[in-house]
Amino acid sequence: MATSSTIDPMLPQPYLVREVSKETPDTFTLRLDPGNEARESVFRPGQFSMLWVFGVGELPISISGDPALRDRLIYTVRSVGQATHSLVNQKVGSGVGVRGPFGIGWPVEAARGRDVIVVAGGIGLAPLRPVIYQVLQNRKDYGRLVILYGGRSPRDLLYRKELAKWARIPETQVLITVDYGGIGWRGHVGVVTTLFKYSRLHPARSVAMVCGPEIMMRFVIRELETAGLSRDDIYLSMERNMKCAVGFCGHCQYGPHFICKDGPVFPYERMRPLLEKYEL
Amino acid sequence: MATLNRLATADDRAAQRGEHILAADQVGKLIELLVRRGYEVVGPTVRDGAIVYDHLESPDDLPRGWTDEQKPGHYRLHRRDDEALFGYVVGPQSWKKYTHPAEVRLWAAERQNGTFRILNNEEKGQHPRAFLGARACELAAIAVQDRVLLEDKYRDPVYDRRRGGAFIIAVQCTQAAETCFCASMGTGPQVSDEFDLALTELLDSKGHRFLLAAASDRGTEILSELKTVPATEEDRQQAAAKVDAAARQQVRSIDTTGIKELLYENFEHRRWDDVAGRCLTCANCTMVCPTCFCTSVEDVSDISGDHAERWRRWDSCFTQNFSYIHGGSVRTSAKARYRQWMTHKLASWIDQFGSSGCVGCGRCITWCPVGIDITEEVRAIREGGRNGDS
Repeated sequence: MATSSTIDPMLPQPYLVREVSKETPDTFTLRLDPGNEARESVFRPGQFSMLWVFGVGELPISISGDPALRDRLIYTVRSVGQATHSLVNQKVGSGVGVRGPFGIGWPVEAARGRDVIVVAGGIGLAPLRPVIYQVLQNRKDYGRLVILYGGRSPRDLLYRKELAKWARIPETQVLITVDYGGIGWRGHVGVVTTLFKYSRLHPARSVAMVCGPEIMMRFVIRELETAGLSRDDIYLSMERNMKCAVGFCGHCQYGPHFICKDGPVFPYERMRPLLEKYEL
Repeated sequence: MATLNRLATADDRAAQRGEHILAADQVGKLIELLVRRGYEVVGPTVRDGAIVYDHLESPDDLPRGWTDEQKPGHYRLHRRDDEALFGYVVGPQSWKKYTHPAEVRLWAAERQNGTFRILNNEEKGQHPRAFLGARACELAAIAVQDRVLLEDKYRDPVYDRRRGGAFIIAVQCTQAAETCFCASMGTGPQVSDEFDLALTELLDSKGHRFLLAAASDRGTEILSELKTVPATEEDRQQAAAKVDAAARQQVRSIDTTGIKELLYENFEHRRWDDVAGRCLTCANCTMVCPTCFCTSVEDVSDISGDHAERWRRWDSCFTQNFSYIHGGSVRTSAKARYRQWMTHKLASWIDQFGSSGCVGCGRCITWCPVGIDITEEVRAIREGGRNGDS
């Protein structure tokens, strides 16, 4: 991603698709790089890009890769509509447009010295994976890392190999649950909040970063508050319709906030008055 | 020496402030001077039974002798019994027609070796424009859009190019429509200083003329090339009285005291259900509003599939698609959409951009097909008590 501020944020920059790998039946991870152009990809965990498929359309997609790897951009995309379908069906070597990175990300720097609790539902793990990478690369700077992850079914879980790898790292707890287990699943079944009783949390020294459907986030917040986390230590990543990513199109407004430029990551304290307003 | 020793009279002071009298037949000369400096002059003209903004060649294009009658859901042009050039209030369009066009091509791209390159991004041949006839509420609206599109985290290059060089000839309102409420919003009817030239139209026994003032160097330069005479204190007082009258004529108002808290606290007020029963979610109010800035983008490609363009178009929070995310629209009900529009305009705008998003021009009242009146909706919420329970 271009670091130069002279680049018009409305113009897509060409990137080449280098790899498309299947995560689940409907979710794919794309690896892009700028080809021969010398552009470093600099982003902060939780930021997103606008990805454009020539002649099809543009979408906001969170960056799911490792911020330390500046020669590439990684996105995990769930194919649910025309544009996402087209994006995940791009051939290796084809070009896609990238705008960004945009938005305010997770407070990974501010969380140094503290325990980090990552709570994700479904594709919500994608924008949190850069947090996990950064914490694990600077393992000594952080306390415990607790990852609570819920998916619909075992085959809907993202990054299964990595989850298994992370679970073996000292001071790192990975708990996984699915709504529907099916034959052969020996893991936990239930919504993500049912994992809290197995997690070992130190609320006073923890920062929680939560991403998933709004309904899931509401219940997770309740658990975190019950566990004793302060509202100021809970962060959420919000989603709304987005066309421009730079605060002009008006689509992503959520009360007084623009998700694109004031978020997508917000401290829960700022979202609290809004989360229970239906059709806000 | 005699003149140096003379005590400055009020007339001298008016002249020193740059207030002059321009005969009505000199408006053509004003247009000519602007054209000579490379401006495209745009301003009011009569078309399809309304006063709209368009390219002006000469004063003959101005709505000479026309006025507008406005009420909720009602707009009619009538003949005046004089030859006033600016004897109307505001039409359906605002200057955002030019500064923030209803549709604009953001860029074009073509396929190249499996990827693409962006081309023709720069727009060519954009004349700077002169806006002839901008009212106080409209200048306030331009300032509001400046804040949104130029002065926040990013600058919108499209708006910037169109807004940047615009030469503004303000016209003081000397009458109000039934739908006007700028006085209560603190945006008019008096134009303050965000203009290059300002005109106040005077029509009486002394003839058809304008009080003319300049507020910028380029305005002063144009003024110096016009045939004018210094304004007298009487001219000035007469002009001020007409603007005062335009304020006094206003029958609508919004009480803006604590309006942000009022709307935030009344998210579940019964009045939203009431207005939803009338609102057609047609989006007219957002199209005519001079501050509404929301847009959507549409990507198009030609039949070969090798050429693609991105177009930006005005969008409206009244459409269901506006809030669509995977799984469905966030604001499905008319209630939620009207509430979003009004709460944004009058409340969250203050949090976002430090001012109200409403300038009191009344266009949303006039052009609402069912005559929903934003001033009445605010009053109903204020008087209904918390959430309308009282």
